[in-house]
Amino acid sequence: MTPAIEVRDLVKRYRKGTTNAVDGVTFDVEPGQFFALLGPNGAGKTTTIAILTTTLTPTSGTVRISGHDVVREASMVRNQVGIIFQNPSLDMNLTGEENVRIHAILYHLYPYRPLYRLMPGAYRHQLRELADVVGLGADVFKPVKRLSGGMQRKLEIIRGLMHHPRVLFLDEPTSGLDTVSRRNLWQYIGELRRRHDITICLTTHQLNEAEEADRVCILDHGHVVALGTPRDVKGQLVHDRLYLDADDRAALRRRLLEMKVSFNEEGAFVVDLDGLTAHQVIRAIDEPLTMLRTESPTLEDAYLRILAAGDA
Amino acid sequence: MNAVAAIAGRDLLKFIRDPGRLVAAVVFPFAMIFLLGGTLQLNLGNAAGFNFIGFTFTGFLGMTLFQSTAQGLTSLMDDRHNDFAQELFVSPVSRYSIVFGKILGETAVAVAQVLPFVVFAVILRVPLTPTHIALLVPVALLSCFMGGAFGLLLLNTMSDSRASNQIFNFVFLPQYFLAGLIAPITHLPWYLAALSLISPMRYVIDLTRGVVFAGSAEYSRVVLAAPLTNVGVLVLMFAVFMIAGTTLFVRRETNR
Repeated sequence: MTPAIEVRDLVKRYRKGTTNAVDGVTFDVEPGQFFALLGPNGAGKTTTIAILTTTLTPTSGTVRISGHDVVREASMVRNQVGIIFQNPSLDMNLTGEENVRIHAILYHLYPYRPLYRLMPGAYRHQLRELADVVGLGADVFKPVKRLSGGMQRKLEIIRGLMHHPRVLFLDEPTSGLDTVSRRNLWQYIGELRRRHDITICLTTHQLNEAEEADRVCILDHGHVVALGTPRDVKGQLVHDRLYLDADDRAALRRRLLEMKVSFNEEGAFVVDLDGLTAHQVIRAIDEPLTMLRTESPTLEDAYLRILAAGDA
Repeated sequence: MNAVAAIAGRDLLKFIRDPGRLVAAVVFPFAMIFLLGGTLQLNLGNAAGFNFIGFTFTGFLGMTLFQSTAQGLTSLMDDRHNDFAQELFVSPVSRYSIVFGKILGETAVAVAQVLPFVVFAVILRVPLTPTHIALLVPVALLSCFMGGAFGLLLLNTMSDSRASNQIFNFVFLPQYFLAGLIAPITHLPWYLAALSLISPMRYVIDLTRGVVFAGSAEYSRVVLAAPLTNVGVLVLMFAVFMIAGTTLFVRRETNR
């Protein structure tokens, strides 16, 4: 099956740059996958997305979207992708509907008509349907400047989905949104993904948003430093932890030393379950416990570990 | 063509929805023709030997068409700043269509802006026949296209919208004098005459005057070159500016 996104040895050096903003990046994304591109500021995420969406030309390497080369077949690629930009890309002087209408015409979906009521019925039906799906309803006809940040994001989603893209790029889509709007937005995106079987490529600083991804790619200084499922990435770098405590702390400490497990004392005893299960550790302890808790690492733990290793 | 129409329609819609620009489109010609033209006519008209109201009308008509379109092209800079350009540049529309759509849209805006000029000119009895007005239509379109191509070329020298304001003040203000916007330029020192010859606004204004003053006794005192000569120069300049501007623009947008 042709990958939805295929990146090979991608290099980008800006004209006035002294180093490569993206330096030999390679990854694939299968159709229908939810893929997250992570990394600190300056890691090369936005540059990579700009190349994938044809707004920037690579210095070297190849990038294909649904089998189409982003340089030689840019127009084909643009037909395949939808983008929700990091910064709102709406025209604030127009209504939401007018923004969507311009998009639909730019993508050759419908002929140009100066008024909504003159647009084909199919357009009006599609707009209404998408507006209902994202919960924008009749607010889509309001001037953009009168919509809240969350509503503007929903409008961008409507616009990004009008031409049925096979790959949807989300460049920090929740930046500037409050917690409720952020959660609602992810619910909508999840529902749209299930309905339309869209490949999603996300860049974000909110690492909890990437926990649900099928695969993650962590970039740092233009290089890929981790690539795989969130579970794989976490498993390679950080382990589950077991929190224990007892009234007889000296006895518990002796027992853990006898077991030769890696642990430290942060108030309670924190055992690093490297190759062990919590059950194996607890079964070997006779002392009555006053605390027993396991904790799985988050993607953020792995991410911070990777970046710390890179800085070192 | 649908994409071009959509891009052009967007600019016209933005103009119609901007009360400040609509008011300015009425107040500016009133000030220039009634106040400036009227004052010059009363004080200098007899000495100059031509009608200063007609002179300022044709000057500001040509200048507005040219400059409004040129400045409108810089909204591509604002779009990039506001990130609407991202929407344009990731769409499956050629860069040439984007540029053409912008020029058409700004042409429509400029033509809408000069309608009050014509109304005020008729009120002040500038001798405008239906033939004059019919001939001014292609002149207006050529003036706007010239302004669009000139604005596109300038756009490639700008890094942000603040720079665009500075460059426009630097580029347009001298042309007001070199193109004879308010005062005749039949006699200029050689170095100013040379600068005047490379000023695109000169040919736009002179072509407008050539049409409005055609057949009048004042023609030779007001018009610098035959209308066909001005048309030839403008077509040549348009072609050069358009090709260079579009090529630079497309290259700059994709090869950053």
